[in-house]
Amino acid sequence: MKYTEEHEWLRVEDDVVVVGITEHASEQLGDVVFVELPEAETKVAKGDDIVVIESVKAASDITAPLDGEIIAVNDDLVDNPGLVNEDPLSAAWFFKMKVEDLSQINAYMDEDAYKEFID
Amino acid sequence: MSELHRTPLYDLHVSLGAKMVPFAGYEMPVQYPDGVMKEHLACREGAGLFDVSHMGQVRITGTNAAGALESLVPVDIAGLAEGRQRYAMFTNEDGGILDDLMVANRGNHLFLVVNAACKAEDIAHLERHLSHSCTVEPITDRALIALQGPKAEAALNALAPGAALMRFMDVATLDWNGVEVWVSRSGYTGEDGYEISVPEGAAEQFAKDLLSQASVVPIGLGARDSLRLEAGLCLYGSDIDTGTSPIEASLNWAIQKARRAGGARAGGFPGADRILREMNDGPARKRVGLLPDGRAPMRAGTKLFDGDEQVGEITSGGFAPSLERPISMGYVLTKLSKTGTQLEAEVRGKRMPVTVSDLPFRAATYKR
Repeated sequence: MKYTEEHEWLRVEDDVVVVGITEHASEQLGDVVFVELPEAETKVAKGDDIVVIESVKAASDITAPLDGEIIAVNDDLVDNPGLVNEDPLSAAWFFKMKVEDLSQINAYMDEDAYKEFID
Repeated sequence: MSELHRTPLYDLHVSLGAKMVPFAGYEMPVQYPDGVMKEHLACREGAGLFDVSHMGQVRITGTNAAGALESLVPVDIAGLAEGRQRYAMFTNEDGGILDDLMVANRGNHLFLVVNAACKAEDIAHLERHLSHSCTVEPITDRALIALQGPKAEAALNALAPGAALMRFMDVATLDWNGVEVWVSRSGYTGEDGYEISVPEGAAEQFAKDLLSQASVVPIGLGARDSLRLEAGLCLYGSDIDTGTSPIEASLNWAIQKARRAGGARAGGFPGADRILREMNDGPARKRVGLLPDGRAPMRAGTKLFDGDEQVGEITSGGFAPSLERPISMGYVLTKLSKTGTQLEAEVRGKRMPVTVSDLPFRAATYKR
């Protein structure tokens, strides 16, 4: 698992990258009440705002961590945004993407580095 | 940056695991470990305890204190019976709102509760206009604690007998273990409940005695905001300010007959010309409730459109835990203020449908 400074986690499954937000991020956000996802089959560039998360406190964005194409989104989050608080690391994945260059992912933090980052 | 103030309950908040944030010059709890959603629902189901000690408490004494205060507010203070409280607002010469407040007739004095962010200006304003005939006395040695929700009555009555005998907007001095507490049956949640002024040295024990009851949970500023929004209550600085008149803010109900055109003491407050004119002719825009058709919350600053024309703006908005949907309020042109009117809001560059609705979103449960 890799981690971005925007508190996303990236998990590689074969040649696909699954993206969600960390437990730390979901705690900081508070109760999530709304999630807006991109369309599947959208081409994205690293840094594009592609997901909106709203908690009882505020709205925030998730950006595309890599260049590539969104191949699947987790529609369960639209119907049940609270899943982001209940199970951020597994059931509440946001999207899956096919990336042009999988080695881009190595620039991100590993678990130890992320733990230090949020400390 | 100047040092933040702490309320007498600061240590208690920290011991309860609160997340403390700067608010109006104070370090205040925004939420406790349960979080905003659970706190909100716990208040609606049981009783919520709020530290509102940052708010200003002011005593006004003088033989004609009520008459003097009427020169600053469009509210019937002279007709306010002893032991009763009323909502009021300080207006300016342009008919805007300087602050909103509560005024209680406590027999030999008037007792005011004003917003934290405005209290220094409010006290200066009161002294400037009333000190020739009255004594204006900020009370800085008492905490203010709100207890709100269906179980508030039982919880407070267990500590201070007599609380249950009060009705909505009554004020009374009650005894808690020999300590004098000043109680009003009112609040900022739409729930039945109380606000209790307690000597600062006794405040922590008083709060602990309330919290020791199973129905009572501490509530932070986050849920305080979602509770008042569901109740359709204005937040000063967001929904009302010097740029909004009481009539635009749909607060006509707070201006009693005696101060209206043709009343026994009509006018005679700052901005009376505009305020009474708007009362008669209708304001150009009005504060309304707004229900987003979709699930996306529409927050303060969101622009409202009718076709291509911008017709208003949202001043408060978020998710309503008790209604399980987003709600907002804001100002729209009066001709578009009728309940059911369809408008569009611009959220993140996209137009989304929103419908004008009645306020409050959730009916109040006051014990009248």
